[in-house]
Amino acid sequence: MVDERTPDIAAGRLTAEQYVANFNDLHPPLDRHQALVESDRCYFCYDAPCVTACPTGIDIPLFLREILTENPKGAGETILSANILGGMCARVCPTETLCEEACVREKAEGKPVRIGELQRYATDALMADGTQPFVRAAPTGKRVAVVGGGPAGLSCAHRLAVHGHDVVIFDARPKIGGLNEYGIAAYKTPGGFAQAEVDFILSIGGITVEPGKALGRDFSIDSLREEFDAVFIGVGLAGVNALRLAGEDQPGVSDAVAYIAELRQTDDLAALPVGRRIVVIGGGMTAIDIASQSKRLGAEDVTIVYRRGADRMGASEYERELAQTDGVTIKFNAQPTALVTDGGRVTGVTFEYTAENGAGLAGTGETFTLDTDMVFKAIGQTFVPEALNGAGQAIAIDSGRIQVDDERRTSLAGVWAGGDCIVGGEDLTVVAVEDGKIAAESINRALAG
Amino acid sequence: MADLRSDFVGIKSPNPFWLASAPPTDKEYNVVRAFKAGWGGVVWKTLGEDPPIVNVAGPRYGAVHAGDRRLIGLNNSELITDRELQVNLEEIKRVKRDWPDRALVVSLMVPCEEPSWKAILKAVEDTDCDGVELNFGCPHGMSERGMGSAVGQVPEYIEMVARWCKASTRMPVIVKLTPNITDIRYPARAAHKGGADAVSLVNTINSITSVDLDNFAPEPSIDGKGSHGGYCGPAIKPIALSMVSEIARDKECAGLPISGIGGITTWRDAAEYMALGAGNVQVCTAAMTYGFKIVEEMKSGLSRYLDEKGMTLSDLTGRAVPNVTDWQYLNLNFVTKARIDQDLCIECGRCHIVCEDTSHQAITATKDGRRHFEVIDSQCVGCNLCVNVCPVEDCITMERITAATDPQSGAPATGYRNWTQHPNNPMAKLPEPAE
Ligand SMILES: Cc1cc2nc3c(=O)[nH]c(=O)nc-3n(C[C@H](O)[C@H](O)[C@H](O)COP(=O)(O)OP(=O)(O)OC[C@H]3O[C@@H](n4cnc5c(N)ncnc54)[C@H](O)[C@@H]3O)c2cc1C
Ligand SMILES: Cc1cc2nc3c(=O)[nH]c(=O)nc-3n(C[C@H](O)[C@H](O)[C@H](O)COP(=O)(O)O)c2cc1C
Ligand code: SF4
Ligand code: SF4
Ligand code: SF4
Repeated sequence: MVDERTPDIAAGRLTAEQYVANFNDLHPPLDRHQALVESDRCYFCYDAPCVTACPTGIDIPLFLREILTENPKGAGETILSANILGGMCARVCPTETLCEEACVREKAEGKPVRIGELQRYATDALMADGTQPFVRAAPTGKRVAVVGGGPAGLSCAHRLAVHGHDVVIFDARPKIGGLNEYGIAAYKTPGGFAQAEVDFILSIGGITVEPGKALGRDFSIDSLREEFDAVFIGVGLAGVNALRLAGEDQPGVSDAVAYIAELRQTDDLAALPVGRRIVVIGGGMTAIDIASQSKRLGAEDVTIVYRRGADRMGASEYERELAQTDGVTIKFNAQPTALVTDGGRVTGVTFEYTAENGAGLAGTGETFTLDTDMVFKAIGQTFVPEALNGAGQAIAIDSGRIQVDDERRTSLAGVWAGGDCIVGGEDLTVVAVEDGKIAAESINRALAG
Repeated sequence: MADLRSDFVGIKSPNPFWLASAPPTDKEYNVVRAFKAGWGGVVWKTLGEDPPIVNVAGPRYGAVHAGDRRLIGLNNSELITDRELQVNLEEIKRVKRDWPDRALVVSLMVPCEEPSWKAILKAVEDTDCDGVELNFGCPHGMSERGMGSAVGQVPEYIEMVARWCKASTRMPVIVKLTPNITDIRYPARAAHKGGADAVSLVNTINSITSVDLDNFAPEPSIDGKGSHGGYCGPAIKPIALSMVSEIARDKECAGLPISGIGGITTWRDAAEYMALGAGNVQVCTAAMTYGFKIVEEMKSGLSRYLDEKGMTLSDLTGRAVPNVTDWQYLNLNFVTKARIDQDLCIECGRCHIVCEDTSHQAITATKDGRRHFEVIDSQCVGCNLCVNVCPVEDCITMERITAATDPQSGAPATGYRNWTQHPNNPMAKLPEPAE
């Protein structure tokens, strides 16, 4: 946690207007004319590469054509029928490594159709209506428990509800939405969009929400299997990797994900203390997000240090550029070797340069030290299996995450899983949504049989 | 710089770009601006008898847009001039006096009675303008009163009025044709027979540009109602070009000069009209879309083109006409196949899907399990559809095959054989079988 007593960590570094500007929409929504011009750039490809590249397989050429023909709500429905969190995905998907990377216009001229922004245009149009475009099938009388109300759980619950099943979502947190609510960078989803989307999804009906209920504490897999006809687990990643350096538990070192959650939940950004000099350790989306957001909160020097080269970084070039535009420095090929402490708090980090040799990564012996007020750990999150396998029959784990088959069935009959907590797949919102959808279809088939 | 000076039926202008009779040429103010901008000539907005007609006060234009609101078609329900004859005549006289080197032709439309034509021709002659254009083309409003296209659709009337006019004026007479007719050669022949010095075409095409799907009225609508208007702009160019070529290669119209009109927007459009037989060109919608300055591009483009080709302006006129022929004379042994340049291909798959769904199943979608677009010669009929839909220029080209027979049909692929010589044609004049 942040220690507010040190002089170089302070809240309210900026004016009220600066906070607003810094945490506003990263991309302002397209207006009608922009949307028409941009959607007209789509070639309506056959067996479109962008669709193949979308983890949820949204029919992109079709929805773009619907925008072009001034049917944006139809476009929105096309999107949501493949991806019920299409609104959030439009804001947070790293499109430059997904649909837009595959767009033939990227190949042709380095300027893909701006699919993400157009997806937002269409889903905004549909959701502005407030009406739920999907209708529930006749009630089946079957009940399904969904553990975790993140993208995976929400997607699964909605699809099950569409098929007429009754769903209860249990979530350990006070609000559902998962990392949409607690993790995604604030400027990607301003204006309370995450909760608006949750409300929209729940408006299908047939879904009950039980917030503040944690698996392993308030109930177990066994109790759920007794009470429900099927169980879906979408609990995400509750743990964080450790630096494994002396002093890690002293003030001055924070977990990036926890700090972002605090940022996302605060009513007053000016009340959030931030250091003058920040060091972020890691190379993924979380590293980029904590760096950019602390800069936007008024930090002066923010440096990301990543142990490998730029090409290996989890964050895309586009995201790196965003951070660099915000004034973040990114250092490559250096790994932390020691934390410098002074008076019971961490005041610096010593790094050693690294080089990739055949076997892996090795230190070169050269070192440097960065003085810092706050160190953020962003070196990856981990699945915590304890809650899952506390009692009863064990669910098989592989490489630290839940093992599933193609239909997202776990080793335990009647239990499915998806999202960040399963093996394989990228840790992305859109991937979690697809997992939830696939699992729901599989559950539906199982319940019908 | 090539010499762009133009002589059309004895009317001289510094370049072949005239403004067509329409709002850009409605009054002195506009025409003077046009001449300042460099236009070679104008056909003054059509004059009629007093009292002047009235135009609608609601919207008179409708439009068809391509992406990014590029205007590709305009529709109008404007009538002829709504100003008094005398006012127009005074302005015309003044403009011609001030701009003697520019062509100033006056468009006319009066009822189909000889005295009416005689009277207006006399009045117009007094302005010292260079010629007259008989507006037999306006397809809306005036036609309901027996003028405009109502005349242009009856060859006998065209011939009659042209003859009256030729008999009562020394000025060159151009007859402006309506495209709202099945065979454009008939009105052109009638004008020729009546003694007209030239024809100009096309006037606008009957059209409704769109329908308001909330109020169920055609656009533009006036107080909930709409009538058809006249269509013009880039969208009509292919139609007008074909009509110009029909007249240019018609034996009965031999020697009849043509002023080409319809969708001309660039020097290239103008050059195409001239290559198909137009002696000069007239422009309306392009000026109404971008203003008069576009003529600068037209002049520089045409001039550079002529220089590069080593041609004069008159060399250009009609240069492509000998290559316009009837379908029955096209070489059926000219066998082409589509060729895809794999380096240019961006793998959008459009060529495949159009050929697969709507043509001849001649383009692959995959090869060895990978996305790959390639033409299957044994299926390709050489239709050019894929070339037209490919978003990448020159990525697909059509090439004549070198083999002796077409792998698709087994038909011969060398030499020349047209339909009149084809064995499938019952009327074919087949060579006598060898003894
Ligand atoms: C900082 C950060 C930024 C990110 N930015 C992006 C981005 O820009 N774009 C992108 O595509 N992806 C991004 N991601 C990844 C993305 O957020 C995740 O891949 C996605 O949220 C996974 O969804 P999920 O449903 O599997 O898990 P989560 O979103 O983590 O949801 C899991 C839910 O389960 C609940 N839960 C956990 N344990 C229990 C329990 N024991 N009992 C009951 N409930 C429990 C949690 O409270 C939570 O609501 C980001 C991740 C982080 C950390
Ligand atoms: C608003 C408007 C009014 C027109 N009025 C006349 C007219 O009075 N007399 C005439 O001969 N043609 C008239 N025309 C037709 C044009 O002269 C021209 O033949 C036609 O627009 C096609 O050329 P374009 O495609 O360059 O516009 C008018 C066209 C427009 C758009
Ligand atoms: S790849 Fe690009 S151009 Fe092709 S359908 Fe997808 S968005 Fe459209
Ligand atoms: S030319 Fe016609 S038949 Fe041949 S590949 Fe192209 S579309 Fe198909
Ligand atoms: S239409 Fe052109 S670019 Fe697209 S796949 Fe075919 S050849 Fe390639």
